Amino acid sequence: MTGNHIPDALANRLATATPPKLAARVRGLSDKAIAWLFITPTMILLLAINIFPLIWTIRLSFTNFRANRTNAVVKGIGLDNYTSILTDPDIWAAMQSTAHFVFWTITMQTLIGFTLAYLLDRKFRGHGFWTTIILIPMMLSPAVVGNFWRFLYQPQIGLFNYIISFFTGVDPSSFEMIGSVTLAPWSIIIVDTWMWTPYVMLICLAGLRSIPDYIYEAAEVDRASTWRQFWSITIPMALPFIMLAVLFRGIENFKMFDMVNLLTSGGPGSTTEVASITLKREAFEKWRTGFSSAFAIILFVTVFGLANIYVKALNQVKSR
Amino acid sequence: MSARSSTAHSVVEPSSTSKLVASVLVVVYALVTMIPLFWIVVTSLKSPPDSISYPPKIVFTPTIEGYCNLFTNQTRQTPEFLATLPPATTACEKVTRERNMVIVGPSNFTKRFFNSLVIAFGSTALSVFLGTIAAYGFSRFKVPLKDDLLFFILSTRMMPPIAVAIPIYLMYRELGLSDTKIGMILLYTAVNVSLAVWLLKGFIDEIPREYEEAAMIDGYTRLQAFRKVVLPQATTGIVATAIFCMIFAWNEYAFAVLLTSGDAQPAPPFIPTIIGEGGMDWPAVGAGTTLFLIPILVFTILLRKHLLRGITFGAVRK
Repeated sequence: MTGNHIPDALANRLATATPPKLAARVRGLSDKAIAWLFITPTMILLLAINIFPLIWTIRLSFTNFRANRTNAVVKGIGLDNYTSILTDPDIWAAMQSTAHFVFWTITMQTLIGFTLAYLLDRKFRGHGFWTTIILIPMMLSPAVVGNFWRFLYQPQIGLFNYIISFFTGVDPSSFEMIGSVTLAPWSIIIVDTWMWTPYVMLICLAGLRSIPDYIYEAAEVDRASTWRQFWSITIPMALPFIMLAVLFRGIENFKMFDMVNLLTSGGPGSTTEVASITLKREAFEKWRTGFSSAFAIILFVTVFGLANIYVKALNQVKSR
Repeated sequence: MSARSSTAHSVVEPSSTSKLVASVLVVVYALVTMIPLFWIVVTSLKSPPDSISYPPKIVFTPTIEGYCNLFTNQTRQTPEFLATLPPATTACEKVTRERNMVIVGPSNFTKRFFNSLVIAFGSTALSVFLGTIAAYGFSRFKVPLKDDLLFFILSTRMMPPIAVAIPIYLMYRELGLSDTKIGMILLYTAVNVSLAVWLLKGFIDEIPREYEEAAMIDGYTRLQAFRKVVLPQATTGIVATAIFCMIFAWNEYAFAVLLTSGDAQPAPPFIPTIIGEGGMDWPAVGAGTTLFLIPILVFTILLRKHLLRGITFGAVRK
């Protein structure tokens, strides 16, 4: 932050050397005043729309408040909501669905995304154009596109089932991606992977491009095999980028709501009911506001805690 | 890039076989991943019976029926009644008459699309304005607890939207902001401003301080230097940030479906509710989806150089 002092020192020197009127112009509003003037509006907005609601959620989480019965007496019930969440098998089932979803989406996106990045890094002709094409799905609205996947997944008439049956010979009406208990969790994983693999690819590509050529040249001089170069140079040097992509995808998919809500809305039964869907059902269908507030806090603390631990690990890898 | 091209003949240049294999695999992936989007556009041009035929039809007579159904409300009438009507004048009227229907008025789609536009533009303008000045503040001045404040700004993004939606729902109900465009604009601004601050701080950090210092020695005040020196230099960054904010606001669904129901409802919660006679009207859904996705396609192509930066909150720069 030494840079800050240079303009001050300059201004002071000029102020002593120049007539008072000009000196006032040089200094204008003090830097400190401008800094606060510029930062405060954002802070106020975030306090009003993020922090104040968060505190409110914490308060509600200790009560039996229901947002659809505003006249009922609100009672403080201490930690009851928290204990009933932690002992509720439905909540644990939702956490398990979320874990399954997060684990498989991240695994598939990292594998496919890294492979694509590695291939694109061969810099064949037209690689820029194809990169842009591949990136398109991740910019689209998960809700609007997720909704359309419902059509692709129709048994009988859906294109997805048709293509699968075309290549495997299975009868297209013999399986239902969304309707079946075993396939539904995979139906959301497929859509998420389709959508977000480009994201991982783009970050991995930046990682691969950041590896300086001379390292590979030195390896060539030492007659290291391509295989050896891949495992000893490419992977370790791209690792911080891969980890960063996993972090961002992990946070996003832990709170996944829109695509799943439109595609399966948690069904069939509750097989694809990820945490955010449970939260919506508790808060806006069963109107158990206090209970769902407590669940929201637990989710937030979990994401926040896991992200912090992960960032520490990421920094260790980076500093190696 | 330039470092690579200077070593074009070095040993690390991929062989032409590996380039060929790579290009084939990448092109195959790209084409496969485009199938769902292709199918959206194709479905929007089909008639409802064509859209649900088995096997799925690739060859069909295109019709604007899907778009007509998207933009209008229709009712079924008897052929006798239809015969009494004056001849159909517009293309849409002709198509609907063939199915014994009459157009009774515009559907809600135009209104929802317009809401999406107002909310996206409003929240983008506000978050880029707030983001630019805050980013300048963080970039140039000594702010106490700077890193903590910046981390705090980022961490507001980690909340699951549904978790914040509960108290916001209650708060908006008290303040009369539920189902208003202003309420949605403020909400999306609060979500986007974290992205705007982080991205723009990166862009402003890259503008040398010496420019402003030189301007201030020439007699500019700090604010004038900010306006006349820093802002023009940061234009690219500001535009890229604005597009990212716009895309987020345009695509957002969770808050929109929970906090709006009528007046202020944008397009994403509306499109899935388009129903025709006897089930989903997939051509109309396809038409709505196509129209909704086109602006994003344009923006993605405009933005491709800055995509990486945007999606990583400025953590990775090329």
